[in-house]
Amino acid sequence: MHLMYFTERPYRDVPEEEVIRNRSFFGVPNRFYDPEVGARLYNEYLDEACYAEEVGFDGIMLNEHHGTPFCMGAVMNIEAAILARITKKARIVLLGNPLPVVKNPVRLAEELAEIDLISKGRLVPGWVRGAGSEQIFNQANPAYNREYFNEAHDLVIACWTRPGPFRWEGKHFNFRYVNPWVLPYQKPRPPIWIPGVISAETVIWCAKHRYPYVGLGTALQSTVELWNLYGQTAAEEGYQAGTENFGYLQQIHLAETEEQAQEQGKAALFGGGAANFSRPEWTLPPGYNSKEATRRLARQATDYGFLGITSEKLKESQSGEVRHIGLPRDKKDTRARLRSGQISLEEAKRKIYGNYQKAQDGLQIVIGTPKTVIPKLKLIMEVLRPGILGLFQAQGPLTTEQRMTSVRLMGQEVLPAMRDIARGLGIVDPFEREPGSRPHTSGTSYEPLVDLDALKRAPTRDESVRV
Amino acid sequence: MAEWTEEIAHVAGTDLAIVKGGQGKPLLILHEELGHPGWMSYHQALAQDHTLVIPIQPGMGRSPKVEQIRTVHELGLFYLWTLRELNLGPIDVLGISFGGWIAAEMASADSKAFRKMVLVAPPGIKPPDGDIMDIFAVTIGTQLNATIYDAEATPEFRKLYGGERTPEQFEAFEEARTETARIAWDPILHNPSLPYFLQGVRGLPTRIIWGREDAVVPVSAAEAYRQALANTDAKVTIFEHCGHRPEIEKGPEFVKLVREFLA
Repeated sequence: MHLMYFTERPYRDVPEEEVIRNRSFFGVPNRFYDPEVGARLYNEYLDEACYAEEVGFDGIMLNEHHGTPFCMGAVMNIEAAILARITKKARIVLLGNPLPVVKNPVRLAEELAEIDLISKGRLVPGWVRGAGSEQIFNQANPAYNREYFNEAHDLVIACWTRPGPFRWEGKHFNFRYVNPWVLPYQKPRPPIWIPGVISAETVIWCAKHRYPYVGLGTALQSTVELWNLYGQTAAEEGYQAGTENFGYLQQIHLAETEEQAQEQGKAALFGGGAANFSRPEWTLPPGYNSKEATRRLARQATDYGFLGITSEKLKESQSGEVRHIGLPRDKKDTRARLRSGQISLEEAKRKIYGNYQKAQDGLQIVIGTPKTVIPKLKLIMEVLRPGILGLFQAQGPLTTEQRMTSVRLMGQEVLPAMRDIARGLGIVDPFEREPGSRPHTSGTSYEPLVDLDALKRAPTRDESVRV
Repeated sequence: MAEWTEEIAHVAGTDLAIVKGGQGKPLLILHEELGHPGWMSYHQALAQDHTLVIPIQPGMGRSPKVEQIRTVHELGLFYLWTLRELNLGPIDVLGISFGGWIAAEMASADSKAFRKMVLVAPPGIKPPDGDIMDIFAVTIGTQLNATIYDAEATPEFRKLYGGERTPEQFEAFEEARTETARIAWDPILHNPSLPYFLQGVRGLPTRIIWGREDAVVPVSAAEAYRQALANTDAKVTIFEHCGHRPEIEKGPEFVKLVREFLA
């Protein structure tokens, strides 16, 4: 089993009231950015990654967002390049580079190849479409999001695998002379994993490319559905999917005592958590979702979105601020009421933190000591059987010491227990078994990928609670 | 008897939905960025002495998307081709908002395609004062509200966009916004080359209509359009206490102005 450490590298000194007033981490004015704090945090996060390697993680996962204190990884590849040099054996897992906002995929291929070379073959690149706000920030046309993604992907792979020089004349990218001299260390190319939230299109695309799919904290019930969709697609493609095809990311925080953990873990809800990642209009710019996805999202009663991409947000984007027209506004919408002055900042905070227990009950966040946390992780592993599991350090204004203690406890107690559980469950990761390497006999059903009996024991998530 | 019909024409290598209604001299109406709003009072009034020809922009409603159209200028070329195939030139044109930008692009490519041109608060030229609203980074509700100066005093606006929005309406808006974004995302709702090419327009009487309080395309752009159209007879009319929708907000005055101009 591949166990990786992840943090969004949040800018932890942003005033919470600014996030709540802004109704979004994205778009908080950058006058609140202090370069002294930024300098300290970037270095701390690099140290934290080294420490995670030291305590036993197999991989360090990074991600990228722009224009937000939620995540300081605006240029993730730079951090990855540094980690390539200062870590020794951990995989550097990039989930992922937002292809649709990359204007020059050839340069991206070069950057990643350099990281792979410096790390001597420890890079695991991955691709994302980028959150809606990334399209706004990077001037990337959302109506071409999927097309940019597909073509940039094909071009990066061509850079790595097709002998140069060659000419690339696509719909969106044109390069007269593709002949990168820097090529990846791993052959024929580095392994590729893909993170995802709710998009069935992405799951199908992954299955067709035999790329492992990493669910970003999605509710167990809907994750099971997506993985079965992957399994079905894999069978149609002629291979049997298995644990090596799946990963999952879980937000977590550990402390020495339950009391400390419970007090500290509230940080995960800071500013409204990922539910406040960005406003509806930035989450779903025009054309970002396919027609089918928009329709499906509109029909879904519930879902949990890692970056707040939810049916509720879609509905809000439909109605928006229709102040003149007087559309009925959902009385339960805290942000809308805050905006209209119907409630105070203190009330908004009470509402956010009032969900703390529910968020834990629904496994949106796992908080506690190793003793209380391990059974919850075990349940997730039993249901989903992921070959890759990322532990996502809780967001918010934790102190450096609290974060390092959490990492230490993960390494000392949680990781060994998880490895035992994985062995018992027969879970193998993509390095132990090549994804897509097991043939599937057509006409037969694919082997079960998830444990539906275990799912029955899993708590039902309150979808109104989003972290 | 129906006031209007919608038919599918096969033109310019594709199907194109065209709404038609009224009687008299043909008047091409190019609709706004959220699609054809339906048969409004101003349509009804203009249809008294004009045959309205309202193509539904490719990618919206029943008109299939045309992938090869990647800019508003190319959309203009598409419509010029359409006019040639339908033997409709030279024709009077009324371009509403985004439709006005399309009309201006068409005029810049072939001013002889039109007899007279009416532009209603079009984006397309970067305003010298103020910014064009980034309609792609706000919700539909915010965008709609920004179009009107005084919604309470504009019953037709409430009729159009008030009440509970159905999923079907939302999808139609989303489809229109997607198509508009696809071709006008960058630069933000304008074509830096358009003012230059509009100088080549001659012999095309033009009326530029704007609302003083336009919150979508600042009124300063009216004068920028007039200056760009310096080599033809272009006049500006600005309505006071009016936003981005003069055709709805100032319905009777708007219709009177357009009818007199086209007479």
